[in-house]
Amino acid sequence: MKKKRELTKGQVLFRVAPLVLFLGLGFLLFKGLSIDPRYIPSPFIGKPAADFTLPRLYDEQAKVSTADFKGKVWLLNVWASWCISCRAEHELINQLVANYPIDVVGLNYKDHGVEEYRGKAKAWLARYGNPYKVIAVDTKGRVGIDYGVTGVPETFVIDKKGIIRHRFSGAIRKQQLVEILLPLVKKLRLEP
Amino acid sequence: MIPEIGQFALIIALAVSIILGVMPLWGSINGNSQYIAVAKPATYTQFALMTVSLACLVYAFVTDDFSVKYVTTTSNSALPLLFKVSAVWGAHEGSLLLWGYILSLWTFCVAIFSRSIPPLMLARILGVLGLVAVGFLLFLIITSNPFDRIPMQLDGRDLNPLLQDIGLAIHPPTLYVGYVGFAVAYAFAVAAMIGGKLDVAWARWARPWTNIAWVFLTIGIALGSWWAYYELGWGGWWFWDPVENASLMPWLVGTALMHSLVVTEKRGLFKAWTVLLAIGAFSLSLLGTFLVRSGVLTSVHSFASDPERGLFILAFLMLVIGGSLTLFVVQARKFESSAKFEPFSKETGLLANNVILVVMASAVLLGTLFPLITDAMGIGKISVGPPYFNAVMVPLAVVLAIVMGFGLLLRWKKDSLGRLSTTVWTGLVVSLVIAVVLPLIFAPDFSSLVLMGLLISSWVAFTTLLWVIRQKRSPFRLSGTSWGALLGHIGLAVTFTGITLVSIYTIEDDVRMEPGDVKTIQGYEFKFLGVKDAKGPNYMAHRGTIIISEKNQVIATLHPEKRSYLVQKMPMTEAGIDVTLFRDLFVALGEPLGTEGAWSLRLQYKPFLRWIWLGAILMGLGGLFAAFDRRYRGMRKSRLNIKPVTA
Repeated sequence: MKKKRELTKGQVLFRVAPLVLFLGLGFLLFKGLSIDPRYIPSPFIGKPAADFTLPRLYDEQAKVSTADFKGKVWLLNVWASWCISCRAEHELINQLVANYPIDVVGLNYKDHGVEEYRGKAKAWLARYGNPYKVIAVDTKGRVGIDYGVTGVPETFVIDKKGIIRHRFSGAIRKQQLVEILLPLVKKLRLEP
Repeated sequence: MIPEIGQFALIIALAVSIILGVMPLWGSINGNSQYIAVAKPATYTQFALMTVSLACLVYAFVTDDFSVKYVTTTSNSALPLLFKVSAVWGAHEGSLLLWGYILSLWTFCVAIFSRSIPPLMLARILGVLGLVAVGFLLFLIITSNPFDRIPMQLDGRDLNPLLQDIGLAIHPPTLYVGYVGFAVAYAFAVAAMIGGKLDVAWARWARPWTNIAWVFLTIGIALGSWWAYYELGWGGWWFWDPVENASLMPWLVGTALMHSLVVTEKRGLFKAWTVLLAIGAFSLSLLGTFLVRSGVLTSVHSFASDPERGLFILAFLMLVIGGSLTLFVVQARKFESSAKFEPFSKETGLLANNVILVVMASAVLLGTLFPLITDAMGIGKISVGPPYFNAVMVPLAVVLAIVMGFGLLLRWKKDSLGRLSTTVWTGLVVSLVIAVVLPLIFAPDFSSLVLMGLLISSWVAFTTLLWVIRQKRSPFRLSGTSWGALLGHIGLAVTFTGITLVSIYTIEDDVRMEPGDVKTIQGYEFKFLGVKDAKGPNYMAHRGTIIISEKNQVIATLHPEKRSYLVQKMPMTEAGIDVTLFRDLFVALGEPLGTEGAWSLRLQYKPFLRWIWLGAILMGLGGLFAAFDRRYRGMRKSRLNIKPVTA
């Protein structure tokens, strides 16, 4: 009796799937090498920054609110102690604040107040420095949703009228800081 | 002069590797035995040349040759000798040279210790390893030459202070030996695909090599975790950092491979799985190299990165993995097995093990590449972080542990729950008692996570013990592979116990202390005596003194430091740690506060932390026992017409 050598669909899939998956991965890695994200359009740009009132990191009785910054150009930087990319970005924010007068508000995202990260946020700041004017604690990530935050880090540039003018998704790089962020802040400060 | 010799040796090694990669493989296809005979001498020559090359680089470091660019960027004349040597692999170029050297070392070992393997098969294996070496050496010579010269400098820019540590001296080489070791399993798999034949003997040849690579990887990962714990200064032992993930993925797939090989050897089944896992383990090792060296992901470990190098590794990756997977598409039909097994059998258990481990590795891969995926979609680099990894990996680990307990007890081909019921119930009851009673006596509060963690850990440990007891053999007559399973599984249980307890019961306190202040954590009194200035060979330090006492008995004096390295001006935290088997007491200096000599301090109590690494050591020992099973040693006498075991 001759053995049947017809292949079932499942067998073909099992053989070809690894190669296909790998080619997809290779394509992704290739794009990862060549891509250079600079400007990301966001549905939130040009819209008023969502109002929030959140407890402050070092003084939980006191609150932070968007209203506190009316009439100023300020940055909202979303970060968390568990976020690796934030570490790289943090150095840059420290330098920015040290050399340029601007209010950077930290939004501590799903971090402080979460059982697993007890004390991590403060330890993180003690280690890497604290460039923030004030830090709002968003344990549940509710405010993050209002801002369309999909992950950390993200940074929003907000103008004097409280409107989001730019959004950096992922860690800001030095080049972006010099070429996009600083000119934009200068421009916005001249606006009424 | 010496660096030129090193470079010269490297280039000849490339030429020899090309010969090794082409001639034996070609000979094995058209049956030319003279070409096949080239394999061994070429391997020996390649190894000798790579040894010369690495020795020349070490020499350049030890003699402070600051006319070599790589030495200048990673070393300094004030560096202690040990760190001058370890600085050889302190950055990109030297790490790659070490990689290449270890690859040639593995190839050399395969050539020496494989007398039982037929020359044709051996020629293919060595040939594939030769091809891998060609890719690596090309990469090394073209993009990352460690011997490049620059005008003589007065002194070097120093080794990154993070890396000036005994941990760095041993962690990367160990890890690389593991990574590169999977190249051997990969070469075995590709050789089997070229020949179109994969039998029991093949599995027996491949098993010890895979086990030894796995042992090194296990120990390497544990060393890395230990190093991060005491050197990064915040008392964490695992950060789900891309580079840590890069070592965890091949470990998971390598673990699956070890188990899949058991089935292939004993039952002649899962051949295609085994081949795929062998390709996967090595691919993930290469992918790890790509991620670390290309700079596509941000990590605390990416000390040097460069997109052009990334492109080269990517091309290499496509050839190595894409090529072997294409071969798999063509040849997989030859690896069909005719043997059958029932749904309730050891085969099913090991299949479940493979699937779970591969799913775990895929989940880690997805999480690690998530920043890349979002980047490619144009929404910026975004990291998912530990919340994702913990949410995914913990349930998978629980399922894995449950299956592990059953899997070991099962028989080949067909088994019944009835036969196992006494053992299973005994294991379950003992585990439940342990998981409920121990926390009630010792723990400060009840936690369902602790219950779960202890339950699965003791389930794994006790089913393993019962499995050994049921074999009714004296420990001295137990086979090497049985010892391997025993130590490996119990080791994992020990690690799980450590992870559970340290995650839930760690106590951390960030405090402000003035000299003379006392803080009490978990019954331990931490008395701060103040901070003094100290001086090391190449750094200045603030050195704190803390006396820890328990019930008015002094148990330890710790000296945490905050160092400032003179060349790179980089602050470093050296924690003070008091260790016992059941708890670590950890003190790190923060910042000076005010003028009264007050400092911010981070105090931690970490129960059972050492168990995490103790488990890894047990697993490593298990792997060694299994690799040196008498069965594989007997193979030298080439009794190779073995029939698959029938239960």
